Amino acid sequence: MSEYKLVHGRSPVFYKRFERKEENQHQTHYCPGCGHGVTHKMIAEALDELGLQDRTIMVSPVGCSVFAYYYFDTGNVQAAHGRASAVATGLKRANPGAIVISYQGDGDLAAIGTAEIIHAANRGENITVFFLNNATYGMTGGQMAPTTLVGQVSTTTPWGRRPNNEGGPIKMAELISTLDAPVYVERVALSDSKHIIQARRAVKKALELQKQGAGFTMVEILSPCPTTLKMEPKMARRWVGETLAKEFPLGVFRDRKRVFEPISVPQASLAEVLGIDGKSVTKEEGHVRRKHTRATTLKIAGFGGQGILLLGQLIAETGMREHMEVSWLPSYGPEMRSGSAHCHVTLSPERIGSPMVSHPDILVAMNEPSLRKFGAQVKPGGTILYNGRSLPEDLHFDGVTVACVPASAIADQIGSTKVANIVMLGALLEATDCLPFTTAQEVLSSLAKNPELTEKDERALEEGRNYLDTEVMVGAQAGPDGCGE
Amino acid sequence: MRQLCKGNVAVVKAAIMAGCRFFFGYPITPASEIAEYAALLIPQVGGTFVQAESEVSAINMVYGASSAGKRVMTASSGPGISLMQEGISYLAGAELPCVIAEVMRSGPGLGNIAPEQSDYFAMTKGGGHGCYRNIVLAPSSVQEMASLTLLAFELADKYRNPAVLLADGFVGQMMEPLELELVEAALPEKPWAVKGNLETRPNLICSIHLTPDAMEAHVRHLEEKYKQCERDEARWETYLTEDAEVLLVGYGIVSRVLRSTVDLARQQGVKVGLFRPISLWPFPSKALVETARRTAKVMVFELSTGQMVEDVRLALGGSKPVEFYSRVGGNVPSAEECKAELFARMEVSV
Ligand SMILES: Cc1ncc(C[n+]2csc(CCOP(=O)(O)OP(=O)(O)O)c2C)c(N)n1
Repeated sequence: MSEYKLVHGRSPVFYKRFERKEENQHQTHYCPGCGHGVTHKMIAEALDELGLQDRTIMVSPVGCSVFAYYYFDTGNVQAAHGRASAVATGLKRANPGAIVISYQGDGDLAAIGTAEIIHAANRGENITVFFLNNATYGMTGGQMAPTTLVGQVSTTTPWGRRPNNEGGPIKMAELISTLDAPVYVERVALSDSKHIIQARRAVKKALELQKQGAGFTMVEILSPCPTTLKMEPKMARRWVGETLAKEFPLGVFRDRKRVFEPISVPQASLAEVLGIDGKSVTKEEGHVRRKHTRATTLKIAGFGGQGILLLGQLIAETGMREHMEVSWLPSYGPEMRSGSAHCHVTLSPERIGSPMVSHPDILVAMNEPSLRKFGAQVKPGGTILYNGRSLPEDLHFDGVTVACVPASAIADQIGSTKVANIVMLGALLEATDCLPFTTAQEVLSSLAKNPELTEKDERALEEGRNYLDTEVMVGAQAGPDGCGE
Repeated sequence: MRQLCKGNVAVVKAAIMAGCRFFFGYPITPASEIAEYAALLIPQVGGTFVQAESEVSAINMVYGASSAGKRVMTASSGPGISLMQEGISYLAGAELPCVIAEVMRSGPGLGNIAPEQSDYFAMTKGGGHGCYRNIVLAPSSVQEMASLTLLAFELADKYRNPAVLLADGFVGQMMEPLELELVEAALPEKPWAVKGNLETRPNLICSIHLTPDAMEAHVRHLEEKYKQCERDEARWETYLTEDAEVLLVGYGIVSRVLRSTVDLARQQGVKVGLFRPISLWPFPSKALVETARRTAKVMVFELSTGQMVEDVRLALGGSKPVEFYSRVGGNVPSAEECKAELFARMEVSV
């Protein structure tokens, strides 16, 4: 066993003096016979043997080992109860070159932190978890742990752990080994010298694997807590070997390479991800723009799936390229996913106050329910564009211009129901003159990704405009309030 | 060059400009686009996005990456923020900077996804345990979603403390022109971080101080930082307050509505002005007192049953009558509604 030299005296990975402790700086705070001390020693020695001291970050949990940072002369981070493996995840992702150890007790790992450990393991975080299972809550004075044995008395199981009330002990090594990602999972016991030597081997192997970047490693260490067991240290060790290890079988549960095909992410320049590389947006500059003097407010409404929100965005984008201030406010969430959708658009030469439009200058109603719901809100002198050949017979709107455009029918003729919103955009620009047609055309061609659709979009825009050119509008003929000049 | 951009997306772009390359999150409406765009954009510039198993884990991953000295953020809304509170307390206790974007929805409980401002207390007063504060900034436009995200990263590092971008569903979901410059933030040195190397080996990140004296010293140290922050970091904006008889107060989306309310009221010859807190903590108390000095009355509008209004009353110390109008549940009042309410309280008949 030459690779395991027996070390007497203190490992150089421990501080010479425990200066972070208030008093008794030459000894640990652990009780005599506690497994934490032995485990610390095994870790320190393995780190030393592997030459990892400088690279190591120890995450101490909440539990008796909360003060691991008193002892380990490594980088140290203390975590909230149960969160050590999430904290370790953040640390490792931020420092891929570091050796990150998540040191956790059974309450920490298998009760309050169950989700964190399962998911860190499942992601295959390249960290090492040392899971000290002492079947009790040591720090808080011997309450039941998730690993407490059936019948075992604790301060919160005064009649012994009752499976009918508390369930049975959770076997974390087995559980973690059901996942694909972990590369090494072993359970060891601090019951006697033979088993302690095996434990040392496991601790070192886990760290060595992390050093190689192999993936997620965990060693579950069955450990004596003489204080809460109310046993002599020797008896407690024997209990670990004879009783605890019976419930929690020792052995290697996982030891294999992780094989998977990584999916790579294309890299982009900062300007590209920020959307200021000039590709996605045509410049606002360099065009002669009309001077817009007044604000226009729009409400666009219809069924989800009719491209209501996109139509609003196209109008807002066109307004922005016309150097106006614009805002677009959608209905969002489940409403959007199910039945209806609507959005509010404001175009203004000045800074916009409320982006909500209660009385629009222009209503685009892509279906009848929207017309009924919002029609009466339109400002006097405003415009309604309705997706239909004519208004429903019972509906009349006084003092507003109404343009009926069978946008869906026109879109169907073009060959795509989807472009009904673009037909409506064409009609809207013709009916209200609130934005120039050419700018809208530019927006449409710069935003479209699929060339086939672009062609249909352009036709739709054109046909929407032409339809109104040839059809007579109903109602007042004056332009809506606030549009253009 | 302006781009039409959603508020939530602007947060991610600004975070990237701030040098944030780590995002840990969990989806929730109306904040989800922040996680979605972080997932899309941050890995393309060599960064890391992890969808955590819960907000509890997300904030603790933030804690880990922040311990390593990186600029890091997360985003959520009401229920998720409740789950993050423990972690936020630990971050403040361990003096770790990070940015948390909250896009508020209606509560309590599952509530709904429509906008409210009901997490003002949770964020400004410290929703977790212990004596700590978050730096809280309240954007009211898409441009501010970006500029205040940048500021949040700066202040978080300056004070080694969590900074919160407290937006609401409307500001998060809204699209407006956004102007970004191609500058990358200079990242500050963080000699206290734990990086897994020889220089930082002596460093310790923790919030535990076992003896009462040590703990008191630590809490006093935090208190000092918060006092300095209160002195130096209050931010606000005013609109037509010079001759105002009534001062309207509101933040976030409400301030946008109130700006229109001011215009409407003035069109009818009623002189009102607007005070908009930009930093909710520290609350711009001094500036508010100064601005309100010339007005007869103050009227607070909020999407909660009365949270920020407490800070307004505290600041004014009874020196002015403070009226309060609230809408909740996801209802956002229109400018007309606010004007009608204002006129009723002023006993203006129009
Ligand atoms: C959120 C939270 N709940 C409860 C506690 C109290 N607490 C501190 S340690 C501990 C149990 C630790 O037990 P375990 O993880 O088994 O470690 P051990 O002390 O046995 O080593 C508990 C419940 C806490 N600190 N935080």
